[in-house]
Amino acid sequence: MTLWRDIKGTLQPFWITLGYLFQKPVTIQYPEVKRTPPPRYRARIVLTRDPDGGERCVACHLCSGACPVDCISMQAAEDADGRRYAAWFRINFSRCIFCGLCAEACPTLAIQMTPDYEICNRDILNLVYEKEDLLIDGCGKDTQYNFYEHAGIGVANERGRNQDEYGPVDPKSLLP
Amino acid sequence: MNTAIITVILTLCKLALIFGVVLSMAAYLVLAERKLLGRMQLRYGPNRIGPGGMIQPLCDVIKLITKEDFIPERADKWLFLFAPGLTALTALLSFAVVPFAPPVTLFGQELPMVVCDLNIGLLYLLGLSSLGVYGVVLGGWASNSKYSLLGAMRSLGQLLSYELAMGLALIPVVLSAKSFSITEIVMSQATLPNLVKHPLAFLIFMISVAAESKRTPFDMPEAENEIVGGFHTEYSGMRFGLFFVGEYINLIVIGAMVTVLFLGGWHGPLLPPVAWFLIKVLFVAFVFIWARGSMPRPRYDQLMRFGWTVMIPIGVINILLTAAVLLAINS
Repeated sequence: MTLWRDIKGTLQPFWITLGYLFQKPVTIQYPEVKRTPPPRYRARIVLTRDPDGGERCVACHLCSGACPVDCISMQAAEDADGRRYAAWFRINFSRCIFCGLCAEACPTLAIQMTPDYEICNRDILNLVYEKEDLLIDGCGKDTQYNFYEHAGIGVANERGRNQDEYGPVDPKSLLP
Repeated sequence: MNTAIITVILTLCKLALIFGVVLSMAAYLVLAERKLLGRMQLRYGPNRIGPGGMIQPLCDVIKLITKEDFIPERADKWLFLFAPGLTALTALLSFAVVPFAPPVTLFGQELPMVVCDLNIGLLYLLGLSSLGVYGVVLGGWASNSKYSLLGAMRSLGQLLSYELAMGLALIPVVLSAKSFSITEIVMSQATLPNLVKHPLAFLIFMISVAAESKRTPFDMPEAENEIVGGFHTEYSGMRFGLFFVGEYINLIVIGAMVTVLFLGGWHGPLLPPVAWFLIKVLFVAFVFIWARGSMPRPRYDQLMRFGWTVMIPIGVINILLTAAVLLAINS
């Protein structure tokens, strides 16, 4: 009986592979046929705007802190009305691993992942995206959310001039 | 004098023809194997370069030639350089005794369609196929790497287990053809191929040559997922390419061996003899590719046990039976 089992087990795979030989392959022929990734696919990162058209990013550095490969860098700046924004914002896509932790960390829904996966490039420096490359004219996945409607910008006076408030610390001269 | 010159020229023509056909067949067998294996696994295989991937072999050759030809520091340099050539050479030399068509009359001479019709052609084939293992063993030894050495050792172990059974499977064929000459053996199959006369010998022979070709399911010498690349771990560039091409020439040689010894050589209805020969060789090659797509790899002690305890006893019994039947028929 073992012999019969062995013979059957030897011949069966031949029959199966012969069957597969005449089936249509499941391969998607990439450059000619492109599949549409699901909407939550994690590829090229963008910076979105709020419904009023203002930049959502408040340069809080949470995304660059969350980034496991340190590919996000920025410099914070402040408007006259106290609204924060990124003076420059840079994502190095040659380092990015598209884990999506930056998008999860973002408190203002500014940084978002898009399904656009075709960003490969012959020159590695072309993969360093600046703020103007990242910023899009749209709200991305959430069309309603506006951070400053919840947080507000306006302060009664300039910083450090309000009641019960110390003046801002100058970190450059914080000597003992 | 004149006939001698014609003989030399015709022999050279046959040599060039066989070289060209075998080498281009080997190149396209690689492509055919990749495409067939791909289809068996529900993918396409190479189909980008040229129509349907037909220029792929050329690109592979360019890639292999332009790669660095690396020699390990502590390798035995001369053996290391020599081994891949030996594999390809022995495989190519085997073709000398394979007749691919019946003799034709040309310029008033009878011209055998074989480079050299040795009267011990069968022994020549067996001897060269065993010599082929030297390329593997020397390459594995000279690389001075543990994986290469393990692969070489395995290929020797494999040689010991299949070689005897292979010889034993061929004796019934020789008994019924009453000759060691391959041409005679093919002639003896004019009415009935040896496959029908000696099915058991055919089965043993197929398993033995599968083991001899060092291909899946019997690719223990190069088992990628156990010993990296086996005997060719340290080889790169065109030297690896020679091992690779040698393997595929070997596949064609095995196809030709099975064809002339068991499938009736060039005999067949309607089509010209050469076409029948090629069809049969390619069919055997397809069967081996098919086996590669279907079979898992046994351990090499399993192959050895199978060779010594199953194939050799069956081979001996088969010889005794064949001899008894032939004696009964003749007397």
